[in-house]
Amino acid sequence: MTRSRKDYPLAETQPDAVTGPRGKRLSEITLDAVLDGSVSMEDLRITPEALRAQGEIARDAGRPTLAQNFQRAAELVNVPQDVIMEVYELLRPGRAKSKAQLLAAAERLRVEYGASGIADFIREAAETYEARGLFTFRF
Amino acid sequence: MNTVNRWKRYADWDERPLRLDRFAAEDAVNGFSAFASPADPKPGIGIAHGRVISMDGVLERDFDMIDRFIARHHIDVAVAEEAMALDSAQVARMLVDMNVPREDLVRLAHGMTPAKLAQCVSHLNALEIAFAYSKMRARKTPGNQAHVTNAKDDPLQLAADAATAVAFGFDEIETTMRVSRNAWSNALACAVGGAVGRWGTLFQCSSEEAEELRIGMAGFSSYAETVSVYGTEKTFVDGDDTPWSKAFLAAAYASRGIKMRCTSGAGAELLMGFHEAKSLLYLEARCLCLQRGMGVQGTQNGGIDGAPLTSTVPGGFRELMAENLIAVWLDLECASGNDARATESEIRVGAKIMPYLVAGSDLICSGFGSILKYDNSFNPSLLNGEELEDYLVLQRDFEADGGLTPLPEEKALDIRRRAIDAVSAVFEELGLSSPSEAMKQSVTVASGSDDTQSYTPRDVAFISEAIKDKGITVIHVIRALAKRGFREEAENLLNLVKLRLSGDYLQTSAMIRNGHIVSAVNDPNDYLGPGSGYRVSPERRQEIVTIRDVLDQKEVLRSEAMHEREEGTRIRYRAAGEAEPSADPQDVVIGISPAFGLKLFQTTAGHRLSDVLRTLVEAIRARGLSPRVVRFRHTADTSFLGLSAARLAGSGIGIGIQAKGTAVIHQRDRLPHNNLELFSNAPITQLVHYRGLGANAAAYALGEMPEPIVVPQRGEAMGSRYHARVAMIFAIETGMTEEGAAPELVDVTFTGGKP
Repeated sequence: MTRSRKDYPLAETQPDAVTGPRGKRLSEITLDAVLDGSVSMEDLRITPEALRAQGEIARDAGRPTLAQNFQRAAELVNVPQDVIMEVYELLRPGRAKSKAQLLAAAERLRVEYGASGIADFIREAAETYEARGLFTFRF
Repeated sequence: MNTVNRWKRYADWDERPLRLDRFAAEDAVNGFSAFASPADPKPGIGIAHGRVISMDGVLERDFDMIDRFIARHHIDVAVAEEAMALDSAQVARMLVDMNVPREDLVRLAHGMTPAKLAQCVSHLNALEIAFAYSKMRARKTPGNQAHVTNAKDDPLQLAADAATAVAFGFDEIETTMRVSRNAWSNALACAVGGAVGRWGTLFQCSSEEAEELRIGMAGFSSYAETVSVYGTEKTFVDGDDTPWSKAFLAAAYASRGIKMRCTSGAGAELLMGFHEAKSLLYLEARCLCLQRGMGVQGTQNGGIDGAPLTSTVPGGFRELMAENLIAVWLDLECASGNDARATESEIRVGAKIMPYLVAGSDLICSGFGSILKYDNSFNPSLLNGEELEDYLVLQRDFEADGGLTPLPEEKALDIRRRAIDAVSAVFEELGLSSPSEAMKQSVTVASGSDDTQSYTPRDVAFISEAIKDKGITVIHVIRALAKRGFREEAENLLNLVKLRLSGDYLQTSAMIRNGHIVSAVNDPNDYLGPGSGYRVSPERRQEIVTIRDVLDQKEVLRSEAMHEREEGTRIRYRAAGEAEPSADPQDVVIGISPAFGLKLFQTTAGHRLSDVLRTLVEAIRARGLSPRVVRFRHTADTSFLGLSAARLAGSGIGIGIQAKGTAVIHQRDRLPHNNLELFSNAPITQLVHYRGLGANAAAYALGEMPEPIVVPQRGEAMGSRYHARVAMIFAIETGMTEEGAAPELVDVTFTGGKP
């Protein structure tokens, strides 16, 4: 089912369809549940499904680039924080010393996390950095 | 400089705050040009096989990284040829044509290059830009953002000020630190303070990129906006990023369910030394196309840190508005600057904010300094804690929704204390610190950190590092709040973190109002002329107009009643029948108004009417003449009171005086408004002036030509200070007039001490 503007906001139109990564529904995330320990930080994370749904809504609202960002984000949900920070660091100017280094990072995301959209995006960055001389040492 | 050969007015001007502003000459080659530079490219696009092969005069093989990103991710090749072929002046007219729907223009913008967008908005004057902005901004309902920081990074004050900002109605609050280590403490304190009173105020902690994301993941902050982009390649690289690294970060934030916008603004490239001799607007148009390409939902835009520099060049303010217009035309949420204080002139401050206040904006300021200037760790904002009430009054003046609501004074202390107690409870529960009652009390009443005896930045560093080291998250804070009886705050904080699950607030221009998401998706700007778009509802209008300390007639009557009893001990007025004209050359008539001493008892300067009347009587008697007090009820007008008095007077000289203290010396044969002397500024008229008035009236009666009394004024805005009261008082006078009523002789006895 493709979502549209009519489904927005999801938390109000389809509260039961909105869940955390461990399947906790919105209605189950109550203060009492937090207090008795049955809800933790892990239950308060967005899921790839929710991001894809928001992407569909964004596309329907005429915002294809925002939809693509949500698509990339959906791929990153399960990428651990340190890997994200590593890749971000590598994308900054002069961090990667060669195109190959970036391409390797792209492949890792594709293979280990199924993040093929992100991988393509990093490949595109690698081509640009090569063309613009951004693999130069900066500090 | 103050020589004899100088018009001294320039010396006066030298002393005004405006002269602290430093202005720059227009110099496009060196980057000092707002709208146009010879180096700006002509708009153009080449498309082959669904691919951009040239853009704004640059061939694909020569694209820098910004061109590449824009060509690949912003330009919609399906629209580009159509959009680029339109005459820019025609597009400009469409922007201000209320009959052209917003979505048609947004569609065209998707196919426009930076040079084209800049060229189109350059056709608009300041008023047209403001109007187009109002029509084109993405979300219908306007909002506002606050800075909440202080000079000591004191968490008690942050909590109190966050709660206060929430109570004033800010939709977002943003903090930063004096000492970067203190980020975690700032985040926790603002998150707790921001949960007092209601839920839904989004919060960000501006810090180093990786740290900010970690704080977000711990659940303390709900959005980020300091992801900067730049309009030239070299500036971008010096900013230590690329469009791809920033776009990756944008996706990373969304993947953590955290709302994000980018930041860009005119002047950044100029400040950082790589402007390529391009105009400020053109470079900013590149930034904005980049941001749309990156897929961020919005931008913090409008000079921002570059606003003060942009404001030094001709058209600087207009440029800041123009770049905001491009942002919303590109369908981005716009947190429209009005933050860095671009001037020392309060007039320029007021003028800067006005178009945004009347046009509305997703976030009018990004942000408004809700704290005092010296407490703002971002540097002072355009508007600050000092001026917040001025802004509330501007909302009322223009019946414009600037996103804020007046906070009754009696509520402020309770809110502040609640926030301080809440954050103190969390500190104690989590073993972070135990603030003393003296600390709490000093912060509760403090206007700024100069007034507090609380934590120092060093104390805070220990707290902050403990939060980080212990791995404290918002869940721990919620539990601590609930355990210590702050259940409502715990619920509020949980609701904010729950927003992450659906991601609804990641959509364009999302904010929370009354517990519901309001964004460009479910509250799209539908302006199509008067009666459409955002309108201030009657309920909202009531909130806006209810500022503190307003005067009404009840208040005036209450105040007069307080004086009535006292006047009863000082003066007696006894009606003594109809007053007849006199032939006695020593007779000078003092004509008093209908309510004088009956319903009204003091002048607007605060003098007792008994003192004023006694002063007049004695000054006339001092010249050996006979004053006669007559009450007129056919008029309350000073001129007619004076003329009527003069016509009864044997000397032909009369004084007219109203209860509010406005007075006139009149002569029998003159036209009503051609009096001898007028004392129109009652609020500054002192007894010494009334004494002179009486003496001069006597002198005229004796055929002399005295020096007229001049009541000196120093340019006070008398009308703003007194006219509301004056009009209410005068209504009491006119309410007592009666057509054709005969003048009434009044026997006056002074029973009190000398004035």
